[in-house]
Amino acid sequence: MSDELLSIRELDAHYGDFQALYGLDMSVNPGEVIAIIGANGAGKSPLMRSISGLLANRAEQIVYRGAPIGGLRADQVAHLGIALVPEGRQLFPSLTVEENLVLGAKVGRTGPWSLDKVYDLFPILRERRGQASTSLSGGQQQMVAIGRALMANPELVLFDEISLGLAPVVIKTIYDALPGIVGAGLTAMIVEQDISKALSVASRVYCLQEGRVSLQGRTDAITREEITAAYFGVDA
Amino acid sequence: MTEWINAVVQGILLGGLYALFAAGLSLIFGVMRLVNIAHGDLIILAAYMGLSTTVMLGVHPFLALLIVMPLMAGLGYVLQRGLLNQTLGPDILPPLLVTFGLSVIIQNALLEIYTADPQKLSGGAIETASIPVGGLAIGVLPLLTFAIAVGVIAGLQWIFYSTGLGRGFRAVSDNQDIAQLMGLNKAHVFGLAMALALAVVAIAGILLGMRTSFDPAIGGGRLIFGFEAVIIGGLGNLWGTLAGGVILGVAQTIGGKIDPGWQLLAGHIAFLIVLAIRPNGLFPRIEH
Repeated sequence: MSDELLSIRELDAHYGDFQALYGLDMSVNPGEVIAIIGANGAGKSPLMRSISGLLANRAEQIVYRGAPIGGLRADQVAHLGIALVPEGRQLFPSLTVEENLVLGAKVGRTGPWSLDKVYDLFPILRERRGQASTSLSGGQQQMVAIGRALMANPELVLFDEISLGLAPVVIKTIYDALPGIVGAGLTAMIVEQDISKALSVASRVYCLQEGRVSLQGRTDAITREEITAAYFGVDA
Repeated sequence: MTEWINAVVQGILLGGLYALFAAGLSLIFGVMRLVNIAHGDLIILAAYMGLSTTVMLGVHPFLALLIVMPLMAGLGYVLQRGLLNQTLGPDILPPLLVTFGLSVIIQNALLEIYTADPQKLSGGAIETASIPVGGLAIGVLPLLTFAIAVGVIAGLQWIFYSTGLGRGFRAVSDNQDIAQLMGLNKAHVFGLAMALALAVVAIAGILLGMRTSFDPAIGGGRLIFGFEAVIIGGLGNLWGTLAGGVILGVAQTIGGKIDPGWQLLAGHIAFLIVLAIRPNGLFPRIEH
């Protein structure tokens, strides 16, 4: 167990009085791509926000590289090498494309990702580098959000609803780029509502339902029926 | 006719001082949506700090800036981290109440230490020096004040749009949560913003103290001039703030030219007219 990159132990998460996660257990090994699937309200985003420090938890509920990080602020978590690509992109509207990307490198970690590497991954961003980030299409904004996370040279990247609201052709572009991203030694957790897309890139899957893990396992060992049952909470 | 031109020119130069009052206010609101009711009293505090420095060290008020600016910046950082950050949140009332309380505390502390007697910073010959231009005599100190205001606004503009610190300010202003994900500690960024704002306040306070007499009770009036300049110029636009200060200054001097009793009233009327016609100010920031 000691070689786990991330361990989540009995994680409860709350939005005010509303409890979003109930005693969640999860583990992520270095280099893995984990798919997190589940219906709306299953607790996927609270999980991402908890790991990244945007939702406060007890320190020992989230352990990263053997150290409890559940009580850290988001900026402290970012310095440890965990980056979040947030749901809805959430670029900084008063910053240009390039300024958004450069800000991603603020944590000062060294690694393979640089401005040029991100522009090589998504060439359209090189052409749009001086534009206001909000002037881009949704797909291009998602590319900036992914590039901004990579600029931090993280060890673990959390993709929250990576394809939500994007055109199929844009989703294909982003999924085509994923092997190049995770192949660079990254560990990734991908929250996705498109189950087949998620399973195509992940080695393991966790299915959430009403704040609890309803199914987990290797993607090549789980049947469609099991996923359907776990996703909707009904017998297949 | 020359007298009217003179009134306009003096108003423009006075606008520089108002822009300095407003710049810190605009900066703080822009970065953290904090309306600082104590801003005017902090300007007066800076003027008194300048007074103490010039009296104790026997230096010119401009040299006193070398001490007052870092002191005010440090005070700003500590104030923000120690007090004001705790008031920030979705409810705008707590920061209003706390800064109002701070205003009362500063006024009473100044009253206790310096008494209610009006004071003035002695700038020496520069106070009365003037440059003849056409039929006008343009005061060197007002001209210098305006030039400093332009320099300060240009400097703030440069910091905001050409430095990593400015990127951080804009990012935190856009979305505090996501900015934290970039590794920015918003409490520290807010502290730096307040430090920068109070460094500008130090300049405003020293120039105010050289231009006119001051006492502990006049902070409220400076706050209103600052607010009016910010609103006239447009929230979030630093050059707009300078324009707002100039419009306010010109309105006041022209009003004063018509009737000395109308000086302040004319400024407030100009503000109300702009507010009625362009509620977002004349030059609102267009990026959002």
